[in-house]
Amino acid sequence: MIVIDNVSKHFSGIRAVDGCSFRIAKGRITGLIGPNGAGKTTLFNIVAGFIRADTGRVLLEGKDVTGQPPHRLFHRGLVRTFQIPQEFSRMTLIENLMVVPAGQSGERLLATWLRPGRVAAEERRVREKAEEVIDFLQLGHVARELAGNLSGGQKKLLELGRTMMTDAKVVLLDEPGAGVNRTLLAKLCESIRRLNEERGYTFCIIEHDMDVITRLCDPVVVMAQGRVLTEGSMNHVRSNEAVLDAYFGGGAAARGDDTP
Amino acid sequence: MLDVLQLLIYGVVLGSILTLGAIGVSMVFGILRFAHFAHGDMMTLGAYFGLVFVVGLEISPLAALPLAMGLTAGVAVLIDQTIYRRLRRTAPVILLISSFGMALALRSVIQLIWGPNSQVFQSGIQIPHRVFGLIIKPDHVWIVAGAVVLVIGLHLFLTRTKMGKAMRAMSDNVDLALVTGIPAERVVMGTWVLGGAMAAAAGVFLGMDTRLHPTIGWGVLLPVFAAAILGGIGKPYGAIAGGMVIGIAMELSTLFLEPTYKPAVAFAIMVAMLVVRPSGLFGGRT
Repeated sequence: MIVIDNVSKHFSGIRAVDGCSFRIAKGRITGLIGPNGAGKTTLFNIVAGFIRADTGRVLLEGKDVTGQPPHRLFHRGLVRTFQIPQEFSRMTLIENLMVVPAGQSGERLLATWLRPGRVAAEERRVREKAEEVIDFLQLGHVARELAGNLSGGQKKLLELGRTMMTDAKVVLLDEPGAGVNRTLLAKLCESIRRLNEERGYTFCIIEHDMDVITRLCDPVVVMAQGRVLTEGSMNHVRSNEAVLDAYFGGGAAARGDDTP
Repeated sequence: MLDVLQLLIYGVVLGSILTLGAIGVSMVFGILRFAHFAHGDMMTLGAYFGLVFVVGLEISPLAALPLAMGLTAGVAVLIDQTIYRRLRRTAPVILLISSFGMALALRSVIQLIWGPNSQVFQSGIQIPHRVFGLIIKPDHVWIVAGAVVLVIGLHLFLTRTKMGKAMRAMSDNVDLALVTGIPAERVVMGTWVLGGAMAAAAGVFLGMDTRLHPTIGWGVLLPVFAAAILGGIGKPYGAIAGGMVIGIAMELSTLFLEPTYKPAVAFAIMVAMLVVRPSGLFGGRT
């Protein structure tokens, strides 16, 4: 689905990403883990077109998309969420979702005057879709709340919901679990799994919560200091010595702790 | 008491006009991040376009209103596409200064075409209605009613169409808007269409209320900005409230101040607002 080929990025002398290569396989949930500063988010930013890589290529479904701007990648079905959730704070939750789908006729100013019927019909369809997504995420009780008033966890669900309003093929999730309480986290994981199984979304997830990674992801890619250390199933990764050194801090895995 | 009520009526009329101007200023600021100084002269231009239709087609100013709005919207888009668009990648202050230049240019063109003297839509006198001792001019009723219709239309547009929502989204969080594939250039054009049309309406109403003059728009630019800031600049709904408050405050101030100080009252409110609550009456909301 996505091939990351020898990507590097320097920030004033610091090698944030250093010759990184791996694949995000179609229909799978790939986990991306590693200690803080390993270059995971930078890599996401490169893949989603937010920053340019110094070297290397990114392929999306076999096509070279290196350096394309985010909105173009968005229309190609590559969607990312943010570590710190972003929202249109002065619009309601449902409006936040309704604004996403592109190419509505209500986008053209003349059409809103000349073809109000068609615009209204499309508006209804988009609203129905948004309501479906809200039901899926079980956010019905806050659908008409201003997005700025939602809790941190609810904003994370909104991020996920936004991806569902598009015809997303690949979704890059940047720490979906951070700052989310256990109950909501379980819901979030469930939503991700259902999207993967029922709708065939491909995911790549950056996460520090090993519970989430163990439950959802296969394969898991481990990064440290801008490089890929190893990849494979969680069990394989857990028993890899380089990973233990870099991440789990020696004895942690031997004691069977899930969280480093 | 009757004095106060009478001034309140004048205040609502003035507030309606300021609101229409402030909506455009606020939306342009929200989406393009610069204070559009030519907005007052855009109002003037709208008023004179109205005059052309009133004289040429022999229709009432109200009937000429949609035509003037359409024409002014076109000019606004034209100005944006030919001049502001090239400057958008530079610092906002350059856009601000260029809009000041555009204000002077527009005013001069208006003077060249229509002359520097005052003109009126309709000569003759209007018989005012008298309600419980209050004087209500028919034009005032039309101005307020027109403003209400336009504001309701704007509200429906902003909440019921993708374009409207995209505009609000873009003034709310530009980065997110760009990432989620909102068509930025189209949103910018839409903003000018709306801003220009609303400015034209404000200009025509201003001309109905008093008389046309090449500086009528420039004269109310300050209160218009005050209204936009009071409502929290960048928020069209705030501009509506801001316009009303400023309009009413300006008229009521004549109870104890010389009428010539009316703009000063607006200015004082604006300064106080910037010091106390720069995010506007409603803080981060609306």
